[in-house]
Amino acid sequence: MLPETMPHRSAILNDIFGRLQASSFPLGSDGEDRIVQITFLVVALIGLAILGWVTKKKKWGYLWNEWFTSVDHKKIGIMYMILATVMLLRGFSDAIMMRSQQAIAFGSNMGYLPPHHYDQIFTAHGTIMIFFVAMSYIVGLMNYAMPLQIGSRDVAFPFLNNMSFWFTFGGMVLIMLSLFVGTFSTAGWMGYPPVSEIQQSPGTGIDYWIWGVQIAGIGTILTAINFLVTIIKMRAPGMTFMKMPMFTWTTFCTAGLMLAAFPFLTASLLLLTLDRYLGTHFFTTGMGGNLMMYINLFWVWGHPEVYILVIPLYGVYSEIVATFSKKPLFGYASMVYATVAIMILSYLVWLHHFFTMGSGPSVNSFFSMTTMLISIPTGVKIFNWLFTMYRGRVQMTVPMLWTLGFIFTFSIGGLTGVMLSVAPADMLLHNSLFLVAHFHNVIIGGVVFGIFAAINYWYPKAFGYRLNEFWGKLCFWCWQIGFWVAFGPLYVLGLMGVTRRLSHFDDPSLQIWFVIAAIGAFIIFIGILAFIVQLVVSYMHREELACGNDPYDGRTLEWATSSPPPAYNFAFVPKVHDRDAWTDMKEHGYERPLDGFNPIHMPKNTASGLVIGVLTCVCGFALIWYIWWLAALTFLGVIVTAIYHSFNYEREGHVSVDEVRQFEQKTGNWKSDVQGAAA
Amino acid sequence: MSQSSSSHNAAAGHGDGMQAHQGSLRSYLTGFVLAAILTIIPFWLVMGHAFSSTKVATFVILALAVVQIFVHVIYFLHLDFRSEGGWNLMAFVFTAVMLVVVLGASVWVMFTENALMMPAQMNSTMSVPISR
Amino acid sequence: MNTTAVDIASNQPREYFCRTEPQAHNGSLLGFWFYLMNDCFIFSALFACVAVFGTSFAGGPTAAEVLDLNGLAVNTALLLVSSVTFGFAMLAMARQDKRGTLTWLAVSGVLAAVFVGLEIHEFVGMIAEGAGPERSAFLSTFFTLVGTHGLHVTLGVLWLIVLFTQVVRFGFTEANVRRLRCLSMFWHFLDLVWVGVFSYVYLIGVLR
Repeated sequence: MLPETMPHRSAILNDIFGRLQASSFPLGSDGEDRIVQITFLVVALIGLAILGWVTKKKKWGYLWNEWFTSVDHKKIGIMYMILATVMLLRGFSDAIMMRSQQAIAFGSNMGYLPPHHYDQIFTAHGTIMIFFVAMSYIVGLMNYAMPLQIGSRDVAFPFLNNMSFWFTFGGMVLIMLSLFVGTFSTAGWMGYPPVSEIQQSPGTGIDYWIWGVQIAGIGTILTAINFLVTIIKMRAPGMTFMKMPMFTWTTFCTAGLMLAAFPFLTASLLLLTLDRYLGTHFFTTGMGGNLMMYINLFWVWGHPEVYILVIPLYGVYSEIVATFSKKPLFGYASMVYATVAIMILSYLVWLHHFFTMGSGPSVNSFFSMTTMLISIPTGVKIFNWLFTMYRGRVQMTVPMLWTLGFIFTFSIGGLTGVMLSVAPADMLLHNSLFLVAHFHNVIIGGVVFGIFAAINYWYPKAFGYRLNEFWGKLCFWCWQIGFWVAFGPLYVLGLMGVTRRLSHFDDPSLQIWFVIAAIGAFIIFIGILAFIVQLVVSYMHREELACGNDPYDGRTLEWATSSPPPAYNFAFVPKVHDRDAWTDMKEHGYERPLDGFNPIHMPKNTASGLVIGVLTCVCGFALIWYIWWLAALTFLGVIVTAIYHSFNYEREGHVSVDEVRQFEQKTGNWKSDVQGAAA
Repeated sequence: MSQSSSSHNAAAGHGDGMQAHQGSLRSYLTGFVLAAILTIIPFWLVMGHAFSSTKVATFVILALAVVQIFVHVIYFLHLDFRSEGGWNLMAFVFTAVMLVVVLGASVWVMFTENALMMPAQMNSTMSVPISR
Repeated sequence: MNTTAVDIASNQPREYFCRTEPQAHNGSLLGFWFYLMNDCFIFSALFACVAVFGTSFAGGPTAAEVLDLNGLAVNTALLLVSSVTFGFAMLAMARQDKRGTLTWLAVSGVLAAVFVGLEIHEFVGMIAEGAGPERSAFLSTFFTLVGTHGLHVTLGVLWLIVLFTQVVRFGFTEANVRRLRCLSMFWHFLDLVWVGVFSYVYLIGVLR
């Protein structure tokens, strides 16, 4: 760090507060400060309202005992989903700001966002959407559904699961804080040097970005280990790998990718951190540094990351297509091989993110070919989904709508990806709006559509009532139409050569495209509102929408227990004989036993994960602001808490036979008939 | 199932079906001797200036290092086809393959990029590597 | 109550649930192994930096000038021996020999602590003569890779101390045995990484 970044005041104030000072807060009267002040007021009001309501209802004890200290994978999964939804609203407001700015900023009209502010917005938008929306949603889904699908009672390391959530939460807090205290990064969500080096960006922005992402990344690596061991060790007896549900397979592959890819992000950020804090020369211009090393290492992580994002949703689509076509998934084995192939190939393509950076024809050709190769297994999967629907009795439920939308939208996005993989074409298209349209096409078409599909699909399981269909369909159509209206113009603009991340343009002939794109963003906004309304309306009508254990005549084990499941998931661990285990059970006339229960051992709640997560977050804050004493103290606190936790050997409680019997008999003697398929 | 009552079985290592393979005094001592030899040789090579060609010396040292890594993995970490139902080995092989791919391709990319830069800048960043 | 069905092919009754709770298989050792693979990748990124920056001296001190091979020999010996003595500790544990385990653990811990101490001494010396991590990309890489390894060893020693006290107080419980096995893997893994460090960073580095 540079001495000039420290405020000019007495040494003791600098020792206590680091570089935190009055001007770090948005107390001024210029445009950027005003926007932040209004945002702060809105957030503070909403926040205080929520906190006040919780206090009034005396729910803090409930929240602490039932949610924050819970090691139950279902609770943790739901918390991830809530975090992701909140961050979706934040990330989307960044999008609306960018779209509106680009729709008006032509010629003499500079818009309302000066470049410095605009840069923070697109950086925040990317960082939030990838690390805190998409990652949190998929981890939440896998956390909730996978253990139920394999017939286990929880994941392999429930405490680690809890701690992973709080690490993600800690990272989120840092990102949100950057809005109000100090500034955020202006270097894009990828943080390329030399912009991200200390010389060019001496402020707090890059540091907020580094620590927010790094801390969340630790949580992800621990989650990956957790899921891998869970699937390897805790499948129900009889469930071999080739009898697992597809979503479990994709969870397995995703976890493997997370484990192998995230260390490279950790390393890239670590080296950048050392450059900024200790003046090392990994990525500096001069003294032997080489900024391409960052770009290289970053994308070794970056490409597998996008597959990490989409592969779980491939699993979701497989479940939904099979369930709502009332047929087993077509080509199960080829689906598995295709997913594994994608997993391995995703490590061989990363250079396509920087074809233009001077690697020459041999290197570019190699990576160009591998990139084209990777579209093949994805194509196999799409055909398998289509063949599953063929000759099935397809039910156009909301999840099925999202799936059909995915097949259409994602395929086109994939095709534009193959266009980009042609290195000579990429010389024009790299970093143009074509690229921006492509990755939004696949991320929205693949990941976001899949998340909405999964939420509509598994919500009844998690909460015991279905989601309102009208608002669900409205949400879908707004997203489907809004996406094309928003990003279609960007394909056109990109082909014309318009660069990404610009806050102002001189050529007025481009404006019409940006106006159309802004309209599209507004349509998507309606869609998001429809989603919120759907949640609220469904909650209000939850009695009418109540459902039993198996609302769709499902095929996999999560439908073999009540909605919502008890803490222990299954009164008796299932025994599996075939793929689509629940369908198999139903076909053989399985009836749920209502007696003969055993006591069930379940792990106890713990506050250690929360404490460690919070301490880590504060440590990150201290490192950002150069408050060294606080950083040292909180770091020590983490170690002490971990050691203290290790001295707690009594981590298991048990659910008594009476409690199990009470729950099982209360939830009714449901037979394995269909509880009214959603249609 | 309380923690203390199973202490009799725990240390003996038979509580779990998929146990990590236990070491023996012989395996540790064999590993130690092999590792020591594989360490002394490269030290002697470098400190005694045994090879005139840097390239050959580099190759020999790296080869010995790879062998010693295998010694550690087999004799100290007890990795074999059986530990944890074969998953340890699979993870290790997967990691090794990925490492070779990522490291190899990264080195290829970085050195190619550097070679394609203007000649005047070549000296200040990296020298031409292995082939000297 | 028809809780069993009949398997059509074999006409044998099919059970669809386990009447007794199946025995849980503990996943700590496998999980820790996966963590070590993750650590492998982090170290590999640092080794990649050695490949790329290994001769980027920026007109400053070269590897041959600053790297002390005699100290390296001592450090390598310390770590290798501590790896073997940790193995002896694990053998004592298998024999249920508490005193033997604790003794060998202490020996391993002391050897590793001396290793770290000597490394800190080496670093301080290099910084004092102007060869600190901010001098060149090569030195940045050296300090980061060797320093990260040293940090891992330090955390390992801390973990050893904690486990030592836990074994003293609680004996060979299932949890403690599992933890000792994980620490053992960690310990050997760090020695394994050191093989790469002394070969590639020091020995080959000095030759370049």
